[in-house]
Amino acid sequence: MADVRRPLPRLDEPDTQPFWEATKQHELRYQVCDDCSSVVFFPRRHCPHCMGFRLSWRTSAGEGTVYTFTIIRQTGHPAFRPLVPYVVAWIDLDEGFRMVSNVVGVDAEQVRIGQRVRVTWEDQEGGIALPVFTPA
Amino acid sequence: MPSQTRDAAIVGIHEYPLRRIEELSSLQIKAECAIRALQDAGLAWKDVDAVYECGEGGGVLSGIPSTPEYFGVEVGVTDTTMVGGSSFEFQAAHAKRAIAAGKARVALLTYGSTLRRDGARLGAGGRSFAGDVAHPVSNLEEFWGLTLAGDYAMVAQRHMHDFGTTSDQLAEISVATRLHATRNPQAVRAMTDLAFQGTGEITVEDVVTSRMIADPLHLLDCCMISDGGGAAVIAAAEVARDCRQPPVWLLGGGEAVKSPENGGDITVTAAARSGPSAFGEAGVRPDEIDLCLLYDSFTITVLTVLEDLGLCRKGEGGSFVQGGRLRFDSPEKPALNTDGGGLSSNHPGMRGLFLLIEATRQLRGQSTSQVEGARLAVASGLGGRLGSRHSAGTIVLAKD
Repeated sequence: MADVRRPLPRLDEPDTQPFWEATKQHELRYQVCDDCSSVVFFPRRHCPHCMGFRLSWRTSAGEGTVYTFTIIRQTGHPAFRPLVPYVVAWIDLDEGFRMVSNVVGVDAEQVRIGQRVRVTWEDQEGGIALPVFTPA
Repeated sequence: MPSQTRDAAIVGIHEYPLRRIEELSSLQIKAECAIRALQDAGLAWKDVDAVYECGEGGGVLSGIPSTPEYFGVEVGVTDTTMVGGSSFEFQAAHAKRAIAAGKARVALLTYGSTLRRDGARLGAGGRSFAGDVAHPVSNLEEFWGLTLAGDYAMVAQRHMHDFGTTSDQLAEISVATRLHATRNPQAVRAMTDLAFQGTGEITVEDVVTSRMIADPLHLLDCCMISDGGGAAVIAAAEVARDCRQPPVWLLGGGEAVKSPENGGDITVTAAARSGPSAFGEAGVRPDEIDLCLLYDSFTITVLTVLEDLGLCRKGEGGSFVQGGRLRFDSPEKPALNTDGGGLSSNHPGMRGLFLLIEATRQLRGQSTSQVEGARLAVASGLGGRLGSRHSAGTIVLAKD
């Protein structure tokens, strides 16, 4: 019997480790470059804009807009097969970063581009939580 | 405008005829296709001095390409550029440069895949190929159940939102390629062997009423999953002149990679950079192109790449493809994927090589859906995931 549990983040990946640690407190974190003020996401040790190494973590208010989305009706992944149909979306957070996640708590057919959403948390084993989004 | 250089040409091609391959390994497919392509050119192993490959056949020692030893050739230039579906356009561009620089005379590109037999699910199915090494991107993006089709679908959704593109318009791409497939015996055999529900022509209605895979992409917006293989031989001008087949010149090549950006436009592909690079080197304008061989992993891939290559304006791809324009016998240019494409002929995972092969058939006058008077073609591969990170490789080709 294959392991059909949903894949979970690893805490041994150094760029994303602080992001996932913060989810234990239900904080959605992103980086800002101290030198050029650019918003950096996905997290990194260096600034992809000015080549600096001084980056600070900030906590997002967790509010944003659906940039685009799809309704997954078919998947080869055994952990997600029982969940179809479900919504995967790129979310533009108000602080200026874009992330992929799920839109939950709404009929999939009702999701729209431009829709306002806010983060909600799905707690996982080991204390980590997955940030997903629900209509604001 | 730069002067057009005709320093390297495709002189030999072969497409493995079957899409269900039960006995052969990937390496065996590659070797057979290499031999047939060299025979097509009138060349032999001893003539080959450059080998290009993605490494899909496996290797003996990490980092050392296995095909020269397996084939039995001694090479100077080797290139293991692997960027998914556009690998062979990247490799063709590199071969042209190596030949122009005098570092190679005969370059061999090969591909062999048993994707279907291995049970992988691509187009309509599931996941792509994430490695086992943790990467910050995969450690953020793997937890939401995003499928390969879903990734492309998010581009289509945004394209529809921004430009009013419709499912009916996307369907025109499937309809045109299926028409071409019905005229190609290998494609008909493929659809039969892969148990397609029908192997005849389809309508827009058929596409938009086929089952939804990832909104707004339907089953018939998605490519097939097959086995397959092929090879192409690229030679210097002085070699090409003595080959059995008329040369098909590589006039220009362009390469680009795109990744998601905060605030970026998901409807713009890497072809927006690889295209101008290729057309610039070729000294050819997009409106001069007679036919396009574009990577039809999904209909939205074709639509966005048509726009980004400059065959129509950004956002106008939907109206551009309407009314059967992409058919081989349309009075308006360009024709699209006259072999049947990945949608209806051959998609073993990385079909970039078949774009070069069908472009060559057309410019020799050997296609099963021959475009009358075809002089100039563009082949543009797209690897990876359209809505997140992908590669685009563009080659402009010309008849002798």
